[in-house]
Amino acid sequence: MATLDHNDKKVIGKRVVRNEDPRLLTGQAQYVDDVDLPGMAHAAMFRSEYAHARILSLDVSKARAYPGVLAVFTADDMGADCYPGPPLVSPPPTVKDVVFNSRRQVPLVKEKVRHAGEVIAVVVAETRYIAEDAADLIDIEYEPLPVVADIEQALEADSPLVHDDLDSNLAAQLIQTKGDYEAARKSADVLIRRRFTIERGTAAAMENRGIVAQWDAKSESLTVWDTTQAPIPIRNGLAARLGLSESKVRVIAPFIGGGFGPKIMMFYSEEMLVPWLAIKLNRPVKWIEDRRENFYATTQERGQVHDVEMAFTRDGKILGIKDDFIHDTGAYDPYGLTTPLNTQSHVMGGYDIKNFTSEFKVAFTNKTIVTPMRGAGRPHGVYVIERMMDIAAKELGIDRVEIRRRNLIQPDAFPYEHGIIDQAFAPLIFDSGNYQAALDETLKAIGYEKFVKEEQPRYRAEGRRVGIGVLPFIETTGVGPYEGARVTVEANGKIAVATGVGTQGQGHFTSFAQIVAEQVGVDVTDVRITTGDSAHFNWGTGTFASRGAVVAGNAMHAAAVMVRKKIFKLASKVLNAPEEELELENGVVRVADIPQSSISLKDLAVLANPLRGAVEPGTEPGLEATAYYGPQYGPTAFGVHAMIAEIDPETMMIKILRYVVTEDCGTILNPLILEGQVHGGVALGLGNAYYEKLHFDENAQLLNASFMDYLLVGSTEMPRIDVRHLETRSPLNELGTKGAGEAGAIPVPALFAQTMEDALYDYNFEIRETPLNPNRLFEIVREEKTT
Amino acid sequence: MEATNQKIELTVTVNGTRYEREIEPRMLLSDFLRHEIGLTGTHVGCEHGVCGACSVLMDDQPVRSCLMFAVQTQGHEITTVEGLGTMDALSPVQQAFHEAHGLQCGFCTPGILTTVTAFLETNPDPSEEEAREAISGNLCRCTGYQHIVDAVLLAAKKKQAAG
Ligand code: FES
Ligand code: FES
Repeated sequence: MATLDHNDKKVIGKRVVRNEDPRLLTGQAQYVDDVDLPGMAHAAMFRSEYAHARILSLDVSKARAYPGVLAVFTADDMGADCYPGPPLVSPPPTVKDVVFNSRRQVPLVKEKVRHAGEVIAVVVAETRYIAEDAADLIDIEYEPLPVVADIEQALEADSPLVHDDLDSNLAAQLIQTKGDYEAARKSADVLIRRRFTIERGTAAAMENRGIVAQWDAKSESLTVWDTTQAPIPIRNGLAARLGLSESKVRVIAPFIGGGFGPKIMMFYSEEMLVPWLAIKLNRPVKWIEDRRENFYATTQERGQVHDVEMAFTRDGKILGIKDDFIHDTGAYDPYGLTTPLNTQSHVMGGYDIKNFTSEFKVAFTNKTIVTPMRGAGRPHGVYVIERMMDIAAKELGIDRVEIRRRNLIQPDAFPYEHGIIDQAFAPLIFDSGNYQAALDETLKAIGYEKFVKEEQPRYRAEGRRVGIGVLPFIETTGVGPYEGARVTVEANGKIAVATGVGTQGQGHFTSFAQIVAEQVGVDVTDVRITTGDSAHFNWGTGTFASRGAVVAGNAMHAAAVMVRKKIFKLASKVLNAPEEELELENGVVRVADIPQSSISLKDLAVLANPLRGAVEPGTEPGLEATAYYGPQYGPTAFGVHAMIAEIDPETMMIKILRYVVTEDCGTILNPLILEGQVHGGVALGLGNAYYEKLHFDENAQLLNASFMDYLLVGSTEMPRIDVRHLETRSPLNELGTKGAGEAGAIPVPALFAQTMEDALYDYNFEIRETPLNPNRLFEIVREEKTT
Repeated sequence: MEATNQKIELTVTVNGTRYEREIEPRMLLSDFLRHEIGLTGTHVGCEHGVCGACSVLMDDQPVRSCLMFAVQTQGHEITTVEGLGTMDALSPVQQAFHEAHGLQCGFCTPGILTTVTAFLETNPDPSEEEAREAISGNLCRCTGYQHIVDAVLLAAKKKQAAG
C-alpha cells in the first residue's frame, strides 16, 4: 500500500492553530439556536412526570385556546404518523444465538409512559414563552405503575414490565467466547472473583439539543438544522419518514456545542416531531432543549453490573477471564448492542488473554434511554480488567506495574486477533501497537521509581496520604462503514472540501485541512472545509466511535491525492514539462530548477474548466475528486495514564498533584488538537470517577437534574496534564491514523480507584464501584474497616 | 395572565449601540440579546446560573444574562462577545485563545472571553492558580480547562506587552 512517507510530511503533524477559531471567538459561528427565520414558531414539549404510568386522560383544550398558541398535538392528533423511530444497528444474521428485542421510542406517547421526560404532547406558539405557558395548562391524569428502577431487579421473574408485549425486561443477550475458559480455570493457581458496579452519568454537552425545520410548500422541500452528529442518516431517515425524496430534504448540522455521543441518537422524539410540525403548519418551527429537559430526555450511559472471575498462575500470568454483566438500556434500545459489545471488546484490555467468556444481558428499565457516550462501554471494560489486575497484584504479591508488564500484548504479536466481534460486528483485531513502550514512557514521565522509593515513604512518614496509579488502556476506534469527501480547487485558488460527518469541536476545519494541504500544496488557511450539510455532501454516517480522523480523514486524503494527480497532469501539459519535474508548493506548480516556468492553482483551475474549446475525451472538467474510505475493521489505539494524588482521610477530598498521559493513536494530524482532545477526555473521566452520578430514586425519578446538583469538573479541580505522544502507525489506512476522541476518558475511573487505594494504604478496603465521591469513599473505607 | 402581555420600554446600550425596545418584563437578558437584537454570540447552556456560558459584561462587570431580566439593564452598558473584537481584529484575549487552543466546540467560549476580559482588568498579571480561580464559574465540557488557563496567562502577557 502506498503510505504517506512519515518523514517528509510538511503539514500533517504540525501544531497548527485552528481555522475555525476566529468565527467562534467573535460570536459569528452559527449554532442551531442562532437560526432565525421569518415567521418562525416555537415548540415546547409536554413531558411525563412519571417514570412508568398509564395515561388515563389527556385534555389539551385550554392550551389550544391560549392566546398566541398555533397548535397542540397529541399522539391521537398525529394519527398514523406517530410510529417508532428506526432500529439503528441490529445484529446481522451472522451473529449467532443473539437475543435482540428491539423497542424504539415514538414521537408522542399515547398510552403508557416508560420514563420520566417522555414527550406526551407538543405545543407550538408564537414565542417559546407562550408555548411554555400553554403547556402548563394541559390536564393529564395518570395511573402510576410499579417502576423498574434497578437493572438487576429488572431481570427478576416478578419484575414489572417496561414493555408489556415482552415476557421479561430482557432487551438483548449475547455470549462471546474465546479459547476454553473452563479448562483455564481448572489449571489456575489462583481464581479471583469480584462484582463491580458502574453508575449512570450524562454527557452534558454545554449546548443542549435543538432543531429548526423549514418547509417550502412550493418546492416541496424541507430544510432542517439539527444538533446531530449524523446529519446524513438523519436526512435519509426524515425523507423516508415524511415520504419525501432525499434530494428534497436538506439537513444541516452547523456548529455544534459538543456532542460526546448522545447527539447521534436516531431519532429523538423531537427530531421526528419538529420537521413534521413545520410541514403540518407550513411555518418554520424551532425547538431548543433546556438543561432540565436535557437531564431527562437526552440519552445517558454507563449503568452496568459485572460479575467477574479471573484465573491466574502464581507468577501473575493471566490464564483467562469470565465476565458476565448486565447493561442498562433504559426504556428503549434504539442502539441495540453497541455499548455492551464495546464493553466486551475492552474487558481483556491490552493483555494477551487466551481464554475468555462473557455473557451480557441488556435490561429495559424505566429510565432515560441509553446510547453510547464518550467512551461508550469501553471505560467499563477497562475498569473491570484493571481493577482485577490490581486485586491480583495484591493477592499474588506482585508489583502492579510488573503484573501488567508480564501480560501486555508484545509488539511482535500484531495483528492480534481476538476471535470475537466488536461493536460494529466486525472481528476484534488489534492492528498494531507498542504497549511496553507507552508504559515505559509513562513511568519515566511520572517518575514512578523515584516516587515509590523516595517520595512516598517521605510523605507517609509525614502522615500524608499520597498515592500513585499507573495503568494502560486500549481504544477500538475508526469503525466503518465508510465516509467520503470531495476536494475541489476553486477558481480563486482556494480549496473547497466537503464531507458528510458533522463536527462538534474536534477541530475538523483544521486537521482535515492539513490532510488536504499536504497533497495540494497550499496553506492550511486556504483549505475550506464544509462538514455536516447534506446539500454539500450527502453520503456518510456520522461522527462517533473516534472515527472522524480515521475514516473521514482517509477519505479526504484519498480525494486530495486524486486532485494532486489531476493538478500534475494538467500542469505538465500547460508547462510542457514531464510530471516528474514538477513541484507543487504555496499554491503554485513550477518546473524544478526553472522558477519562471510556473502556473498558479488558480489559473490551472480556470484552465481545467474552460468556457471554450473541448474537454478531452476520457477526462473530466475541473480539478476535483471525490473519494470514500471504509475499513474492514477499525484500528486500535493504546495509551497509559498515571497520576499522583493526595487525599485527606478526614474529608476524602482529593488533590491531584501530577497527571501523565501517553497516547499512541498512530499518525498524529495535529498535536495541539490531539492534546486538547486528551485533556477534555480526562476531565470527563475524572467526572465519571469522582463526581458524576445521576441519582435516580426507587421511582426512577432523577434527583439531581441540574448543574447545581450534578457536578461537572471545574477549572480548579483539574490538574495540569502532561501529554506524551507515541506514533505506532496503523497499517490499516494510508495516513496511519487511529482515533483518539474518547481515549482520555477511558482509563480514568480505574486509575482513580487504584490511586485512592494506594494513597489510603493504611486502610483495608477495596473499590469496586464508580463513580465515587467524598461521601461514598468515606463510607467504603469505613464499611470495610468495621467488617 | 394579562400581566405578561404588558410591555415595558427599555433603553440599553449594547456594544456601544443604543437600543430601544418594548419588551415583556419577564424577558431574560439572554433572550433579549439573542433573539430581540440578534446578538447570538452569547450562549445559553443551563438557564440557571451555573455554567457561565451566558456571561456578559454590564458596566464592565461580568453578569449572567440568564439570571437577569432585560429590564434590569435599563440605562446600563452591556458588552457581549461581539463587542470584544472582530474576526479580522481579535482582541488580545481572543487572540490568546486562538493561539493557545483555548476552545473546542466554542459554546462556553463567549462567556469565558467576557469573564477573562474583565478579570485581566483587575488582575493584569495572574498566577496559574488565580487564572483557574477566575474561570471557575464557567463550565467547559471539551477542553479540560488546561488550554483555557494557558490562554488566560498568554492574554495577560499580550496585554502587558501592548501596554
Ligand atoms: S446559561 Fe447562564 S449560567 Fe448557564
Ligand atoms: S469548548 Fe466546548 S464547552 Fe468549552
